[in-house]
Amino acid sequence: MENIGKTIKNNLRQYAMLIALVVIMIFFQIATGGILLYPMNVTNLVLQNSYVLILAIGMTLCILTGGNIDLSVGSVVAFVGAVSGTLMIDMKMPMFPALLITLAVGLIIGIWQGFWIAYVRIPAFIVTLAGMLIFRGLTNTILRGLTLAPYPKEYQVISGGFIPDFLNFFGAGFNVTTIVVGIVFSLLYVIMAIKKRKERAGYGFENSPTLFFIIQAIIVVCGIMLLSYWLSAYKGIPVIFVIIATLVAGYTVFTQNTAPGRYIYAMGGNEKAARLSGVNTNKVLFFTYVNMAVLATIAGISFSSRINSASPVAGQNFELDAIAACFIGGASVTGGVGTVIGAIIGALVMGVLNNGMSIMGVGIDMQMTIKGLVLLIAVAFDVISKRKSRG
Amino acid sequence: MGTILEMRNITKIFPGVKALDNVNFEVEAGEIHALVGENGAGKSTLMNVLSGIYPYGTYSGEIVFDGKVCAFRDVKDSEKVGIAIIHQELALQPYMSIAENLFLGNERQKRGFIDWNRTQLEARELLKKVRLNENAQTLVKDIGVGKQQLVEIAKALAKKVKLLILDEPTAALNDEDSNNLLNLILELKKDGITCILISHKLNEILKVADSITILRDGATIETLKVGVDVIDEDRIIKGMVGRTLVNRFPKREPKIGDVVFEVRDWNVYHPLIPDRQVIKNVNIKVRRGEVVGISGLMGAGRTEFAMSIFGKAYGTRISGQIFKDGKPVQFNTVRDAIDHGVSYLTEDRKSAGLILIDDIRHNITLPSLKKISKRSFIDQNREILVAEEYRSKLDIKSSSILQKTGNLSGGNQQKVVLSRWIFSRPDVLILDEPTRGIDVGAKYEIYTIINQLADEGKSIIFISSELPEILGICDRIYVMNDGRIVGELTREEASSESIMKCIMQSNREVS
Repeated sequence: MENIGKTIKNNLRQYAMLIALVVIMIFFQIATGGILLYPMNVTNLVLQNSYVLILAIGMTLCILTGGNIDLSVGSVVAFVGAVSGTLMIDMKMPMFPALLITLAVGLIIGIWQGFWIAYVRIPAFIVTLAGMLIFRGLTNTILRGLTLAPYPKEYQVISGGFIPDFLNFFGAGFNVTTIVVGIVFSLLYVIMAIKKRKERAGYGFENSPTLFFIIQAIIVVCGIMLLSYWLSAYKGIPVIFVIIATLVAGYTVFTQNTAPGRYIYAMGGNEKAARLSGVNTNKVLFFTYVNMAVLATIAGISFSSRINSASPVAGQNFELDAIAACFIGGASVTGGVGTVIGAIIGALVMGVLNNGMSIMGVGIDMQMTIKGLVLLIAVAFDVISKRKSRG
Repeated sequence: MGTILEMRNITKIFPGVKALDNVNFEVEAGEIHALVGENGAGKSTLMNVLSGIYPYGTYSGEIVFDGKVCAFRDVKDSEKVGIAIIHQELALQPYMSIAENLFLGNERQKRGFIDWNRTQLEARELLKKVRLNENAQTLVKDIGVGKQQLVEIAKALAKKVKLLILDEPTAALNDEDSNNLLNLILELKKDGITCILISHKLNEILKVADSITILRDGATIETLKVGVDVIDEDRIIKGMVGRTLVNRFPKREPKIGDVVFEVRDWNVYHPLIPDRQVIKNVNIKVRRGEVVGISGLMGAGRTEFAMSIFGKAYGTRISGQIFKDGKPVQFNTVRDAIDHGVSYLTEDRKSAGLILIDDIRHNITLPSLKKISKRSFIDQNREILVAEEYRSKLDIKSSSILQKTGNLSGGNQQKVVLSRWIFSRPDVLILDEPTRGIDVGAKYEIYTIINQLADEGKSIIFISSELPEILGICDRIYVMNDGRIVGELTREEASSESIMKCIMQSNREVS
């Protein structure tokens, strides 16, 4: 038992924000009289926050390289919306070539900003502040200050569509595919986790206590199954959810299990040391910003698809939401510490706060104040607990 | 004159470590009292207790200053009674003028506004007192370290200091600046200022100190009085390490093979001042299984030379040729050098070596991730095995391979960096000041590792400012001065005298 207590204590910091998220959800579930976790609202939560989730992934990498942030992502979201809108609505271009061109534009934006940041070494703060102005300005130029709408039907599917229920042979009243997918992923998780434990045991490494492992597995499986229940009770799995899940999984593996991912952490931890260990830190910084712009483009596509228009005021303050999500999720202001999962949890905390307060009828003014306080408290908690652990 | 300071039974405990154990420390008024001991002996901790950096209540024991029992809550409290501490890392604001720095936190004011005339006037007086011939308006970033040190002392004088604590004041100074500083301390003594001097340089201590207190493992060993006790370096060293050092260097039978690595006609220019040549026509050769030393004074260009070889990590307009196993090679990036089997261990492990916020494991594998990857994914189990292997092989004292390197002692940090470069499996390993700032025991361990590597057939280039260790472990020594190789000595020819002679001769030729 003593062993389990120790393991829990060791992992507490890591799970602190996750626990906070659950507490916040329970609070709003009660305060809104059960509306928060109403199946339709859970789906809405995912759809509403899709853009922050995508941006937070890229922002995490930027922050990891040394506390660099990207202030331009909100403007880039608007700009790529303007590009895709002009191509598809004005010029009636089919969706796939239009999407490819839009992504290419995002890539070029990334190369542009990455060049100034990584090779000319102008602080990212300045370059992206300039980008914030430049791309907002260009958005207005392209759109001539007007809003373009509506997009073709197939484009709206990106953030409004759902995976068809092709496994529902019996005409069940819920989305069978979603439940099946949930079961498959639960099984996959359990199998992988057991395999990993066996491997570690085979090497003679210490594993967490079995009881702890079982509790952990039960919590994860319950989480997956709850989510699939909620989604299945409404319309099933949103297309954008699949995109986000793939991105989160991909970037988690990239940051944790590949050499370039490790180089990002190393650079943020000590750039000089990283360089003397053979890490090309300019290249790391360059590709981090190229990547950020591409993810901002994906966020821009998903956002314009969701509001079904290309608007000159789209994406305002998105950069701040994404940055806040990363820091709430435990990223260090000086770089080298933080995870993609953490940023996702941070973004969900903000999302649930937004959604819950809206349902309760709290005004936008109070919402902003409360979100600001949450950001401050989360980072303060992190700073203070770090200081304590140092003794 | 009587006692000005008495620290009685001071005990300070950090989580898991007793840094000070019942230390008694007594300073006479008007004397220069040297405090010596190995790294980690507790000198800095004791001074931090005295100056209030560790506030009253976080330690046990009693401080009596000027006849009064003191309970300092912070540095301000100790300054109020006249204690000032000058740390190794200077605490000046580079973008402020000397005058502004002198009165920082102690501003000369008139009705809530800064009185600039008085500031200037008093600054000029203070600078005269420390014999610093600079305009008080000059920005601190524009004067050298030696002068900055004087500004720090003047700043202490501005606070009407009675007891001045200097922590390694000459560590970063050249001989001339060091001498000036020591003379100034003697001068201040005449004005009645008491001084505690922490230093590793025993010759300096013997020159100025009136008493010497030796600390070891957080306890006072003895206090020696000049004129009462017989004092020489051997006696002090014996007190510091608790034994006479017979075998400071492990023995090795060199088995030297063919030339593995050669640098020819190497020229490097300063990265910021492009017409200043830092390295001039350097030629060196290293053989298999050989430990080759590069000796020289601070600023001779040794680090610059090593880093410029290591994938042009330093300098511009680099010219010359590198040969590895007889074939010409080009290192345009650090990666190139590592991939060709040349590794470089930096002299500055904290700021350029380790990632202090990351753990031992990741620090060891950083340059060699390819070795532990399968299809471009890192095999984390193998990574753990590697880290565990080096942790036990080099005896890195730590709670586990997941411990953050920032929490390790200097010696163990150095072993982590060494592990990193040994795991990169180099043929040529350049070690730049590998024993700087680590204690005698850990030094010995590092020498042993170097010997083992040489026995395995690696070639070692060993850069050090400490003559005894260069003489103790190298098979051959290059002497460097002002960017040139000014001498090459075999183990038999080499001695402190012969090395210094090479340097002095070359200085004469230049001037």
